[in-house]
Amino acid sequence: MKEYVLLFRGGLDFQNASAEQLQKAMEKWKNWIDELAKAGKFSSGQRLNKNAMVMTGTNRQLSDGPYAEGKEIVGGFVAIKAVDIDNAVEIANGCPIFDHNGIVEVREVAS
Amino acid sequence: MEQSQRNISKLVDHLFRHEAGKMVSVLTKIFGIENLQTAEDVVQDTLLHAFQVWTTDSIPDNPSGWLFRVAKNKAINIIKRNHHSISFDFSDKELLPLTSNYSFDATMDSFWKEELVKDDMLRMMYACCHPAISEENQVTLILKLLCGFSTAEIAKAFITNEDTISKRLYRTKEFFRNERIKLVIPSIAELKNRTEVVLNAIYLLFNEGYNSTHTEELIRIEVINEAMLLCKMLLANEYTQLPEVYALMALMCFHSSRTESRQTSEGTIVLLADQDRTKWNYQSITDGNTYMQLAASGNSISRYHIEAAIAYEHCIAKSFDATDWGKILSYYNLLCLHYSSPIAELNKAVVIMQVSGVEAAITALGNITDKNKMETFYLYHAIWGTLQIQAGNRIAAKGCFERAVELTQSVAEKNMLNEKIRMLV
Repeated sequence: MKEYVLLFRGGLDFQNASAEQLQKAMEKWKNWIDELAKAGKFSSGQRLNKNAMVMTGTNRQLSDGPYAEGKEIVGGFVAIKAVDIDNAVEIANGCPIFDHNGIVEVREVAS
Repeated sequence: MEQSQRNISKLVDHLFRHEAGKMVSVLTKIFGIENLQTAEDVVQDTLLHAFQVWTTDSIPDNPSGWLFRVAKNKAINIIKRNHHSISFDFSDKELLPLTSNYSFDATMDSFWKEELVKDDMLRMMYACCHPAISEENQVTLILKLLCGFSTAEIAKAFITNEDTISKRLYRTKEFFRNERIKLVIPSIAELKNRTEVVLNAIYLLFNEGYNSTHTEELIRIEVINEAMLLCKMLLANEYTQLPEVYALMALMCFHSSRTESRQTSEGTIVLLADQDRTKWNYQSITDGNTYMQLAASGNSISRYHIEAAIAYEHCIAKSFDATDWGKILSYYNLLCLHYSSPIAELNKAVVIMQVSGVEAAITALGNITDKNKMETFYLYHAIWGTLQIQAGNRIAAKGCFERAVELTQSVAEKNMLNEKIRMLV
């Protein structure tokens, strides 16, 4: 088993989502993660707030990001265990972020 | 095994939406109605926090209690942090203990007991239905604050755009701020009149869900259910369980018993005469009966009493032809006598057709007093069309149906009317 990180971009706009949308999305995410956990494939995961500062260059210049729109910002991540990249992609396939037009980037953690 | 795991992580339907309504009510009491937006923000933050924690941890045994605790702590932070920037008015005797450090925590804790939360929701309901707020703004506000709908969801229910809904909400919140509206349950002297406004809003909401064949099925049913839940809230409190509240509840039960049979699964409208009466929800009719008996006290008859009696007659008729039209007509006479409205007269004309034939119905329709309002109402023209067919005037009938098609926005209704026109030519 190798370690993979799924990076999430876009998806449901949490700040403006309705209570009903939040509940439905939460249930779907929970089911997805619960199943991963039961199969021993889930390591950790967090949602990230929009508050972000980006530091660049030797003078550590501060900006609130090189991003043109919210969709480009990493909104959260989940670390999983998978056999190989294909298996990791297969797992990411069930991610509820796709219900709301989100993007998943699958990255292998270097060992 | 997998199935049971799934069930564990499933919450009660609409839990977030309904808890949002409760939390907004409690928080608005604490912050004051002038800080309504802050209350709404705290609720959104609380739900987001639940999303974050529950997704990776387990869902707590008492989800509602968990949400309340988080909301309370966020409220405490806001009050302490903004001690100088936001002015909170704690002069009300219920809030006064918040001004002392000694009693602050215990008082914040005490606000979340179920009985108190229910009272806060009732106060919010009366505030939303302040007589100075227009009817459409009242129902918009109720859906937003008490039922936890988002602006987008309300827009969908009312087939309008989000901008319109945002403006309505903005204006009403401004009204609350400027007029310093207090969150109170009306005094006994005002109770009847103020409750009348609340009932009117609930009935409008119900009709929006019941009649709007144009909106998405899901939203439609939810709006119906919300209207009934709001009415039950009034009934759950001894002080507000007036006979007319029971009557409205009965009326909504009788009407909603037909929700299933009024449309085919493809969304085609099925008229009363053609409905499969075995599909009616008889539990709902029985519930309606129980409420009707509880409504039969006091010495005044509200329009809801009479309308419920009419709806009941339809519910117990074995078939369309077996309907006791004479009895229904007598109820309509009563309704038009005490609560006259063009809509009541319009419906009465339809009943007259069943009792006395088409000529009498045409006369009744011609005698409707407030015709201006009717000219833009599709149903008025559709009924004219139906009467013209009966009277053998096919060309006049076609004109009426064509006018009706222009006036309705509902695809299902347009389809039904076009079908009638097609049959005529």
